[in-house]
Amino acid sequence: MVTGGPALLDARRARRVAERVPDPELPMLTLADLGVLRDVEVRADGTVVASLTPTYSGCPAMAEMRADVAARLRAAGYARVEIRTVLDPPWTSDWITGSGRRKLIEHGIAPPGRAPRGPVPLVLSPTRPAVPCPRCGSRDTEETSRFAATSCKALWRCRSCREPFEYVKEI
Amino acid sequence: MSDDHVYLTLAEGHEDDTRWAYGTGFEDPLHGVDTAVPEGVDAGELAAQCVALADDALVGAQRLAEWITRAPELEEEVALANIGLDLLGQARLLYTRAGQVDGTGRDEDAYAYFRDPADFRNVTLAELPGGDFAFTVVRLLVLSSWRLAHFRRLTGHPDPVLAAVAAKGVKELTYHRQYAAQWCVRLGDGTDESHRRMRAALEQVAPYLGELHAAHDVRDEVADDLRQVTGAAGLTLPVHRPLPGRGRAGEHTEHLAPLLTELQGVARAHPGATW
Repeated sequence: MVTGGPALLDARRARRVAERVPDPELPMLTLADLGVLRDVEVRADGTVVASLTPTYSGCPAMAEMRADVAARLRAAGYARVEIRTVLDPPWTSDWITGSGRRKLIEHGIAPPGRAPRGPVPLVLSPTRPAVPCPRCGSRDTEETSRFAATSCKALWRCRSCREPFEYVKEI
Repeated sequence: MSDDHVYLTLAEGHEDDTRWAYGTGFEDPLHGVDTAVPEGVDAGELAAQCVALADDALVGAQRLAEWITRAPELEEEVALANIGLDLLGQARLLYTRAGQVDGTGRDEDAYAYFRDPADFRNVTLAELPGGDFAFTVVRLLVLSSWRLAHFRRLTGHPDPVLAAVAAKGVKELTYHRQYAAQWCVRLGDGTDESHRRMRAALEQVAPYLGELHAAHDVRDEVADDLRQVTGAAGLTLPVHRPLPGRGRAGEHTEHLAPLLTELQGVARAHPGATW
């Protein structure tokens, strides 16, 4: 018999439940794909503690995410659920998983490039490399707006296939 | 393709749709964050610092929100609204932090909706009415540059909550500054009319720089950004005697009271309202 075995299994199960909750604004991604689910643990008294981090300070979906994770865990039989907000370290688009990136492309959204490290200087010349079109792969694309329907995205369009597309910004 | 319906899943199983409600009484944005104040940090000073930075953000966000339905292009309206949303998010976290540490236990609504103009500590540049798009982008450039430089320093603050809010804010403000700078260059280096309006906007903003530096002295970083942008835009930053703005002491222009009346009206008329 391995001491703590069932508890460990329970923690793994709770994690799997929380990991499958879809993001309220990019529902093709789970919260795990997006990298906002930071931790899931089960305390000795059976309380599940799930830690979430917001993508942007003003993300209006945080309350929704908290409620969804708590509801799914309760539905999976965990009577006591606690959701914690983690602010440090701040979310970075680098935490979007490989499977999350594939799902974004499948849904016509360009995934972010690598997030900048350290202080970002003000750059006035258009030095940003073109974002590949998620539909046809062309690099002949241009930004149409630095902001889109949600804080985490910008609007681009493809000059080859003529499709507009959203692009998850790297931060 | 299955993705056509992926958004429909959002509507499933949500009889209770109040989580997306507007109004007041949102859940604490610092829910589940350790609220202890580290040893050696003066709680009163920390709270005052948080309130001042939150007030800058809230008042700035309100001015940006005024562009909704009025911006020259839909994309710009979306951009200004998103920038305002980031600032609003920063304000919510900072007000909540202030209420945790100043001993009053006030929530974010108490700070945002139930204080009078003299209780606000925002710098006066944030409250000036922004009738012209050129003025909006010049002010946004100056305030973003100044707040960014100050937040970079605050990432090393001994209070872990303020430091974390700053670290997150740095990423957002970098983006705001970039947006504003590109518009400044485009308009400054644009038509005679846009150039003239940019010059007028710089004239209007320049006297308020002194108040910003008196609040948080990051003048070298701000000067670097302004020099770079005005240089690329074919503009020069006018030299002005600073106005004796004292927003951090609660002394405001006549423009703050009407802004707050609009911002606070519904919450005061219907306390606890959601819709």
